[in-house]
Amino acid sequence: MAFSEKDVDYTAALARIHVSEDDKKVFAVQLEHILAYVNKLNELDTQQVEPTAHILPLKNVFRPDTAMKNPASDAAVQQAPYFNDTFYRVPPVIE
Amino acid sequence: MNLFSKTAAELLELLKNRDISAREIVTSVFNRIESVDSKVNAFAQTDKESALKQADAIDKKRSAGEPLGMLAGIPVALKDNLCRTGYRTSCGSKILSSYKAVYNATVVQKLITADAVFIGNANMDEFAMGSSCERSIYGATHNPWNISCAPGGSSGGSAAAVAADETILALGSDTGGSIRQPASFCGIVGLKPTYGLVSRFGLIAYASSLDQIGPLTKDVYDSALLLENISGYDPSDSTSIKQNPFSYTSTLKESIKGLRIGIPQEYFIGGLDSEVASHIQSAIKLLAECGAEIIDISLPHTEYAVATYYIIATAEASSNLARFDGVRYGYRTEESSDLHDMYFKTRSEGFGDEVKRRILLGTYVLSSGYYDAYYKKAQQVRTLICRDFENAFQKVDCIITPTAPSPAFKISEKIDDPLTMYLSDIFTISVNLAGLPGISIPCGFSSSRLPIGMQIIGKPLGEQTILRCAYTFERNTPFRTMKPTLE
Repeated sequence: MAFSEKDVDYTAALARIHVSEDDKKVFAVQLEHILAYVNKLNELDTQQVEPTAHILPLKNVFRPDTAMKNPASDAAVQQAPYFNDTFYRVPPVIE
Repeated sequence: MNLFSKTAAELLELLKNRDISAREIVTSVFNRIESVDSKVNAFAQTDKESALKQADAIDKKRSAGEPLGMLAGIPVALKDNLCRTGYRTSCGSKILSSYKAVYNATVVQKLITADAVFIGNANMDEFAMGSSCERSIYGATHNPWNISCAPGGSSGGSAAAVAADETILALGSDTGGSIRQPASFCGIVGLKPTYGLVSRFGLIAYASSLDQIGPLTKDVYDSALLLENISGYDPSDSTSIKQNPFSYTSTLKESIKGLRIGIPQEYFIGGLDSEVASHIQSAIKLLAECGAEIIDISLPHTEYAVATYYIIATAEASSNLARFDGVRYGYRTEESSDLHDMYFKTRSEGFGDEVKRRILLGTYVLSSGYYDAYYKKAQQVRTLICRDFENAFQKVDCIITPTAPSPAFKISEKIDDPLTMYLSDIFTISVNLAGLPGISIPCGFSSSRLPIGMQIIGKPLGEQTILRCAYTFERNTPFRTMKPTLE
């Protein structure tokens, strides 16, 4: 299946990445090449095969619902490029 | 002999006898870094002052007769994706270039308890996405055996630092071969533990169902020793296995007589370098002489592993890396008109090309209309790959393969051809998909004096077996004592 520059645009928009016109051409060729390769999985009949999301037989892991203070929460906020006190600062969300 | 060239076990013996101090070891290691790292570029950052302070504290504890941890005074390098409170943890990326960790990874906390000395962070491919350690904001790391060659990746800085004697121990992470392939290229020992044996808490995630932290060391004993100190159940990681601690060093010397070693025919195919093939064959012969039973096996879905991996890993990466949006960590674009624009600009400026490529691929295979065709299909093939190993392990105790299809390649040789780069992980990827332990140890040198690695794959939680097999091989070969000439 061909992977066009339009597909790059669509996927990049979903991933919140801007791709320049030059990069778009390169990515389209490279991603088409990679997708052609991964299409070899279609040689296998997997209709009766269960998917594996995870190799461990773990189900949900529960712990007691106890309130705890995160000692690093102030330091964590201070790692943001812009913050006020304990809040993150961002550009306008709505016009 | 210089202290920097010794193993952790040798140094611990000298420390115990009070022949040397932790300060002398750290000083020796930093002298080495100062003399060779301009050629190797193994580190994203080092902190000599802090390392000397840690060493002095340990020396003081020792003189006062206080109890000491198992790695007291031994220098260790962390891969740049492991969080250590107050230190920059940047994953080799512009987007995290100013990020300082606000908590310790569980492995870091365990190393603090063991009284190890942190010397700095090793270089890596950005977000662990690469097989050559060229894609980092800190520039490419060079292979100590030939500085025009890549050290492998993504834990290339950790592997090169160990091989060049710029650290005694190092930690890396392995998602598709990122510990074992650089260990192979740099002629050292690299172990990827069973998925869930080592806590991933505080490891910045690439592909969460595949990532695992593990040791890169100068020999097999040190590998077992470091694994002992970092493994164990952790309630902070929901995928951590409930297991009692195990002393991997205590069973290394047991005989391998009667050990059943499987050789999968699918790993000895076209594209495998002839020198690699011949050294692996000699290694198998040696293990047979040591009493192992060699059994031909088949892992029929091997040829589908790379395709499966690049769907699953990129899908998980596209989700994991969504958090880097300029709000909470590190880098944010200078100017933006609104929130949406800020997300786009920050991510476009902050991520390198390979990270963008994998995010795009992962986003595409998860997008509406393609999920079943790609992501679900890959998860089904993952089941088939797991079954291959389950069937093989009915007949054998461990499996031997080459670690990589060739010795180290030249820097920039594969950088413009992503698919060719991906195929350099062809022998290591299945192990991550099936969650198994795998170790790479040196088994020879090419005619151009580049190391060749052999991979030993074990059953789930079969670290003890593969370490024992690796130890027997190492003690019957001279490769452990061979060092690159960097001077």
